[in-house]
Amino acid sequence: MSDYAAQVIGLHKHYYLGEVVVHALQGVDIDFPYGDFVAIMGSSGSGKSTLLNLLGALDRSTGGQYILGGYDVSTMDDNALSDIRNKMIGFIFQSYNLIAQYTVLENIEVPLHYRPGRPPIENSDRDRCAYLANLVGLEGRTDHRPFQLSGGQQQRVAIARALVNDPQIILADEPTGNLDSKTEEEIMAILEDLNAQGRTIIMVTHENSVAKRAKRQIYMKDGVVAGHGFFPG
Amino acid sequence: MRIFRTIQLAVKSLLLHKLRSALTMLGIVFGVFSVIAMLAIGEGASRKAQDQVLELGAKNIIVKSVKPSQQKSTASSSGSFMLRYGLLRDDLRLLSPDQIPHVTNAIPIREVDQALRNRHREMEGKLIGCSPEYQETNNLKMSRGRFLSHHDLFQMQPVCVIAAEVAETLFPGEDPLHKSFQVGTDFYEVVGIAKPRGATAAIGGSLAGRSYNKDVYIPLRTMQVRLGDDNIQRGQGSFSAESVQLHQITIQVDDEKNVLPTAEVIKETLLRNHKDESDWDIVVPMELLEQAKQIQVIFNLVLGSIAAISLVVGGIGIMNIMLATVTERTREIGVRRALGARQRDITEQFLTETVVLAGIGGIVGVILGMLTPLAFEGIQLMIGFFSPSTGSADQAFDNLFTGLVPIVKTWTLGLAFGISVGIGIVFGVYPARAAARLDPIEALRHE
Repeated sequence: MSDYAAQVIGLHKHYYLGEVVVHALQGVDIDFPYGDFVAIMGSSGSGKSTLLNLLGALDRSTGGQYILGGYDVSTMDDNALSDIRNKMIGFIFQSYNLIAQYTVLENIEVPLHYRPGRPPIENSDRDRCAYLANLVGLEGRTDHRPFQLSGGQQQRVAIARALVNDPQIILADEPTGNLDSKTEEEIMAILEDLNAQGRTIIMVTHENSVAKRAKRQIYMKDGVVAGHGFFPG
Repeated sequence: MRIFRTIQLAVKSLLLHKLRSALTMLGIVFGVFSVIAMLAIGEGASRKAQDQVLELGAKNIIVKSVKPSQQKSTASSSGSFMLRYGLLRDDLRLLSPDQIPHVTNAIPIREVDQALRNRHREMEGKLIGCSPEYQETNNLKMSRGRFLSHHDLFQMQPVCVIAAEVAETLFPGEDPLHKSFQVGTDFYEVVGIAKPRGATAAIGGSLAGRSYNKDVYIPLRTMQVRLGDDNIQRGQGSFSAESVQLHQITIQVDDEKNVLPTAEVIKETLLRNHKDESDWDIVVPMELLEQAKQIQVIFNLVLGSIAAISLVVGGIGIMNIMLATVTERTREIGVRRALGARQRDITEQFLTETVVLAGIGGIVGVILGMLTPLAFEGIQLMIGFFSPSTGSADQAFDNLFTGLVPIVKTWTLGLAFGISVGIGIVFGVYPARAAARLDPIEALRHE
């Protein structure tokens, strides 16, 4: 077991767009210790989205290593990556990405369906889903469908869903990008609580007010880490 | 348990677009329904044809007199206007049980068209000279009185049995039993009235369609004595004369397996006795039955294929909708992949949705298919209502319809349902694979 929740070493990512090769990441080294809360910032085209996709095991790097919970993710095949995403990563998206035809509880259950080995969903699993719904403040709304919820409530469902398999890291992609400032405050408070309980959170954002809430900030520029710490403006 | 859950989730997704799912299903519903209905109608038609053949008797061999073609007849009967042809009483002797093995009975018939008259009431009828065995070989059922007896035959009694329509026309509101009426120039006493009987349709060109309802049955010997062999018909500006000893001989065989060999013996016997005269024909119901069964197989195949095509069209409809659904739910696919779904899970999910769609459509189609006989009856009623056919010209057509009852066989239900599920799988695989192959990142970015 490594000392870090996640670790990227010399990560490269090239895209081939016809004749043109796009160097999205050109040697990124970042360590994410347990209990970290990082905000990754940078303008569009800086490579932060590419980095997030690699951290989320949605894509494989062209070069370098990505160690997640002791596993080298960069060499895994598609099925193994699916299992890694399921077990080790909790996703929170900007546009919530709930499944429209499912209720709140069923949405929280979705990652349980894809657990490696596909064990059946037990009553204890259901209890956990209900507990998580309460934890993010959704009590009494577990039978609602996404269209019956406000944006903030939908994001709470997404957070509960991200937690259901007790992941190694939580990846949040602009988690408050679609929310007003009051709801933004509520969601950030939940993330801070989770971090205080020891969860590792990696968040991509371009808003200083949000980035400020993280323990540390990383600035990306032209596919490399341009700086650490909080740079106002 | 897991499969149950998968199906449950599939139903949930399908319910998201109720109208779309229902319309997609409709293609399969009608496909399955038409497969079942077509096979049921085919089965009914075959049953009807087989029944008609069996009505002639599976153990029977029928030998008929045939009027030679005009050209030949003028040549052979030069100078004489009397046309002599057909089966002879000598043939009957040669075909009797003591001449040919396995033959149990040889029943002769002679038919003459005659005017029937009871006081002022008149009709055209068919006078049939026969023996008492005729009743059994032709499945003739009596409603009142008795059929002709051996006593009637040997004593050449002037008695007759009349068909239902004859009784109604000549004796309306009267009991015809033991009353006499005029046939041609002679009088006969009614000893029995036959039950009404459906006409038989023409079978394979060998037997003409025949209505039994204008028949008057008299003992063959009585006919021979009273009418002789000659029959002279005078029409308006036409005149025909012919001499026929027997019109038909029905030969009964002891067992069905001996029918075909015995038929060969009979053919050879008649060929020898009639030299090269082609004034007779042989009908073997067993042969017709075999033919009917063979035709049935082809018939079913053609009907079934036509119906199956509509199922395939339904399947294409499903595939079309599923491809649209995959595009529409690209985002959902991306989310599921991000949450840990393997390609296989996505394939499974969309395939299940397609199969559930096709399966429910199949069940509804099967239920509709089971109602085919009812629906058919309704159509028959409607045809009867809109085109009340009273003319005898339509009778054959009418008969064709009324006699046909679709028969839904259980295996056709299973087959049609199985095909519908199969179509769901075949036409579901492509959209499901397309969904699974989506790049998770692209799918997540999809608007």
